[in-house]
Amino acid sequence: MTEEIIIAGFGGQGVLSMGKILAYSGAMQDKEVSWMPSYGPEMRGGTANVSVIISDERISSPIISQFDTAIILNQQSLDKFEHSVKPGGVLLYDPNGITKPPTRKDINIYKVAATEKSAELGMAKVFNMIVLGAFLKVKPVVTEEYIEKGLLKSLPERHHKLIPDNLKAVETGKELVETVHTL
Amino acid sequence: MVFNQDIIKPENLVYKRTNVLTDAVMHYCPGCGHGTIHRVIAEVIEEMGIQDKAICIAPVGCSVLAYNYFNVDSQGAAHGRAPAIATAIQRLYPDNHVFTYQGDGDLAAIGTAETIHACNRGENIVIIFVNNGIYGMTGGQMAPTTLIGMKTATTPYGRSVELNGYPLQITELLAELPGTYYVTRQSVHTPAAVRKAKKAIRQAFENQKGKKGTSFVELVSNCNSGWKMTPVAANKWMEENMFPKYPVGDIKVNGEKVSK
Amino acid sequence: MAKELKLMKGNEAIAEAAIRSGCDGYFGYPITPQSEVMEYLMLEKPWEKTGMVVLQAESETSSINMVYGGAGAGKKVMTSSSSPGISLMQEGMTYLAGAELPCLVVNVVRGGPGLGTIQPSQADYFQATKGGGHGDYQLYVLAPASVQEMYDFVFDAWEIAFKYRNPVMILSDGAIGQVMEKLYVGDYVPRWTDEQIHKIAPWATFGKPASRDHNIITSLELDSAKQELHNQKLQAKYREMERNEVRFEEINCEDAEYLFVAYGSSARIAQKAIQLGREKGIKVGLLRPITLFPFPTKKLAELSKKVKGMLSVEMSAGQMVMDVKLATEGRCKVEHYGRFGGMIPTPHEVLEALEEKIIKG
Repeated sequence: MTEEIIIAGFGGQGVLSMGKILAYSGAMQDKEVSWMPSYGPEMRGGTANVSVIISDERISSPIISQFDTAIILNQQSLDKFEHSVKPGGVLLYDPNGITKPPTRKDINIYKVAATEKSAELGMAKVFNMIVLGAFLKVKPVVTEEYIEKGLLKSLPERHHKLIPDNLKAVETGKELVETVHTL
Repeated sequence: MVFNQDIIKPENLVYKRTNVLTDAVMHYCPGCGHGTIHRVIAEVIEEMGIQDKAICIAPVGCSVLAYNYFNVDSQGAAHGRAPAIATAIQRLYPDNHVFTYQGDGDLAAIGTAETIHACNRGENIVIIFVNNGIYGMTGGQMAPTTLIGMKTATTPYGRSVELNGYPLQITELLAELPGTYYVTRQSVHTPAAVRKAKKAIRQAFENQKGKKGTSFVELVSNCNSGWKMTPVAANKWMEENMFPKYPVGDIKVNGEKVSK
Repeated sequence: MAKELKLMKGNEAIAEAAIRSGCDGYFGYPITPQSEVMEYLMLEKPWEKTGMVVLQAESETSSINMVYGGAGAGKKVMTSSSSPGISLMQEGMTYLAGAELPCLVVNVVRGGPGLGTIQPSQADYFQATKGGGHGDYQLYVLAPASVQEMYDFVFDAWEIAFKYRNPVMILSDGAIGQVMEKLYVGDYVPRWTDEQIHKIAPWATFGKPASRDHNIITSLELDSAKQELHNQKLQAKYREMERNEVRFEEINCEDAEYLFVAYGSSARIAQKAIQLGREKGIKVGLLRPITLFPFPTKKLAELSKKVKGMLSVEMSAGQMVMDVKLATEGRCKVEHYGRFGGMIPTPHEVLEALEEKIIKG
């Protein structure tokens, strides 16, 4: 199993940390992982993206241009990455702010209204975990117990009290995800 | 009859060359201040008993070979970088006595950044700054401290403000930085001046022993060959021209500016 | 040795390795994409754990000279930077090489020339392996291709640096610096005591005991005859490195008809291109130089008698390819494929280039 993922959105949406939690969880589950961020001025308020690879084998290149899954959190990223999803792959997006939804017919498309839900819950900070939950429902590349282990490993101890809320958000995401188009 | 062996006895000794200088013959021009300044520093190191702790950072300039003369562990720096080198060694060996020995071009032109930032961090080092207003080694070109109107190889008609800007009083500038603990300007052109200079250098190394921060000792000196004068005339010219711009005396003592 | 699993960026691995390998001092200046090295160190406060000194200098010029000072005093010292900063350090590099000072310089390369871009590149190969500063000198150059190697090569760097009294460079790039991968770290190696330093580096300036002459660290020798002798000594040292310290990795070379030659990030991309190529029935392998100086010249010469062609894959306009050509001396076809200015070639592009330039061409 090798899963090559891109997560892309605005800086501040928790794109990089979602990727990090995914990578940590994979590592805890004894998988090979890599986490390759876009870096530079993008980090400061513009678009941010990170490629995460989770694999049973040694990872050759951490730098990838075609993805099994694209997790898309704004329009710019959708425009940029819709065409980089491998045929038969997955595109998961949050419809908030999306004016031109994806149009490809050769991939599986899902959406998760995570922005709306996190606002409704008054917990904007767990937005990215709702998205992660939605992804794990579609592609269970790591199991739940390892998500918890990944959170324990990646979060500084002073934030460990937030883990239950984060796990709850993952569950919310699993319930919230909707199919737009499947092959 | 009195024979030499009757005279050369320890009890008759009134002056002895310090063993903190090597036997190497110095290459400095006769009448230049470097030799005297070297001796005074070496005497202070000997008197304080810190030869085994002293580390000299030599510059690029006339005193580029200072490491051959000081009988202490030494490093030759790239041009202007001595304060950076001294910073690292002093931090890695906090109980040692690291000092730089630099000229005006090295310290106040190409090494300005290193000088200012080492002083601003308050590095516990001693900086000996020999200011003769000229690049001696490369053949007498303009230095940052060259006086207005002074003729050098690159200001053949005299330094002009329009062309070259103003002489840099880096010592006064450094005294403004909170990191400097002791800033003084001395000279070595008379026996009395040498005694004062030695006292100042001693003070600098004592401050270092007490881990007080940066001690900076400027020595206004002549460059009789670069200035194209006899040593005696050069010292007189220095008193009349250099001292008004670079007045001798303490500028900052125990971290406090000296009021004039 | 106890191994502990971590997940880290390449830059952080450099910093962690510095602390764990008994490094005495790090001196640096921030520049993208390697700033995490000093940030990590400042956060970890190694001065409380191991006594390691960490200092943010006012410029790269200053930080490399701090390295000169510390190295000349027998300490394990290092700096890191990225391309423009490394250019500024070239004065210091040649003085370090001339004065034969052991130290570690890490270059997390970004695209140039000039201020260029902050994205990954391999266009500093010439600077790292053919001088960069003035005079005849060589750095020992290690090219890591993973976060684990970023970590491991710091330990290897101290070995080589003190064995040969020579500066070592880890030539990485923005991708390896920024990527986060699994990393196994080992036990802490204690910093050397003063007594150990006196034994390991008796030439260093740590303060002259009465029992010996004063030590002098300098790169200056005004007597040309003596300077020539010094140069000959340096050259003999570099030849010794070429004999003893070449490192490389062979991947799928046994049955290969074609070879990629690539280091660092490009080697990772080439590995993926091998998978794609083999799926299509192309027998392609990879020779990955781990040391760029000394270069695996002999190995490439040997392989050039077996394969039909080699493609040097670099994120540059073609630098290492010249060393590949020198090594193979026309025995097989050698071409270059690269992207530059911060662009990263895709595995598909690389395979396509092999087919176009080597197999068909």
